[in-house]
Amino acid sequence: MNDVPARRSMLPGDRVYRIHWVPGTDRLRAVCHCSAEHDFDDPVELWVWLLAHPAGH
Amino acid sequence: MSSIPRDQWYVAAYSSEIGPELFSRTICGEPILFWRTRGGRVTAVPDRCVHRRFPLSQPPSRLVDDQVVCGYHGFTYGADGKCVFVPGQGRIPRTARLVPYPLAEQDSLVWVFIGDPARADASRIPRAPYLDSPEYATVAGMEPLRARFSLLVDNLLDLSHETYLHGGYIGTPEVAATPITTEVDDEAGIVYVSRHMDDAECPPFYAKSTGLQGRIARWQDIEYTPPCLYKLHSRIAPIGSAPNPDGTDPDAFHVEVVYAITPETEDSTHDFWAVARDFALGDVAVSEFIAENNRTVVLQDVEALNVLEQVISAEPEGYQELSVNIDTGGLAARRMLQRQLRSQQMAPATS
Repeated sequence: MNDVPARRSMLPGDRVYRIHWVPGTDRLRAVCHCSAEHDFDDPVELWVWLLAHPAGH
Repeated sequence: MSSIPRDQWYVAAYSSEIGPELFSRTICGEPILFWRTRGGRVTAVPDRCVHRRFPLSQPPSRLVDDQVVCGYHGFTYGADGKCVFVPGQGRIPRTARLVPYPLAEQDSLVWVFIGDPARADASRIPRAPYLDSPEYATVAGMEPLRARFSLLVDNLLDLSHETYLHGGYIGTPEVAATPITTEVDDEAGIVYVSRHMDDAECPPFYAKSTGLQGRIARWQDIEYTPPCLYKLHSRIAPIGSAPNPDGTDPDAFHVEVVYAITPETEDSTHDFWAVARDFALGDVAVSEFIAENNRTVVLQDVEALNVLEQVISAEPEGYQELSVNIDTGGLAARRMLQRQLRSQQMAPATS
């Protein structure tokens, strides 16, 4: 996966879901609180995957 | 089924709206009567006499020595909601009581708890300390919205609409074009959407209020604590300027845009808005400019959402819509609101 520039974390909690819009692309990168990552084109599919934790993570 | 989460705190009014007169506002479908007692405390009880349901805010109902007298038959209630007088008899029925709403007044806002009072925990109310801080100057207002509150949540969680709906005020091309980062903390109940534009056109709203011209760094950090309080931390600074490691940020202008999204009914909303700034504190002209322009922007949203409500309410349940990247934050907010609705259905009654 490409690095995401300016990959900020604003919320300090231990169970935070993060979604980065990968600059220069139309992709969204989902980062689970367990550190698993996956790229998506569709935010609805992205949420299905995030909320399935730990399945597929 | 209701789309309004219960067992939640909602902003009912600005503190400045509640004085020693009767004041009524419907919150989440419940008509509530407010007044400020001679001791300075705000009281909130149902705005209906227990006898024949006459509104206690309706003249000739009146407030006499911190007691409200029903204008229909004279039933009289104290600030704690207890009935102290029943016409024509000495006995006061046990059920002659207005059950007070849990209430908290902080940050210049009056919050009420809608739901089971036993579940009210005022420590859960999100804060907006800038609204009554001497280090900020604040302008505020409230616009009635004839649309369900979730449409305003969608609107505020996706600021890319500024480019189109608010062009010439706060919208510039970069807002819609700059990628966002979305974070969700379910335990803390926060949706955070961050858009940092490091080289952007300065929109008229900020050019005229800050004096910055040309290109700027413009950061928008949304912090939404569903269901009610929405904060947009807006940072406007010369290009290349960044906050110091210790958190100070002397080169930047900070504007805290606060919304309280309070359902009035299932399809109408109280759209409370406030703008707090940490510059030009004593400048009345800047206050007037920001108040007028922000109200204009709010009314642009209101006009659009009023139309959208008409469209959606005329469509069958489960209408087709499409979500794209800009909707990531809005989808997160919807999910958290749905979770709040589900948890109240599963919670056992406490009374």
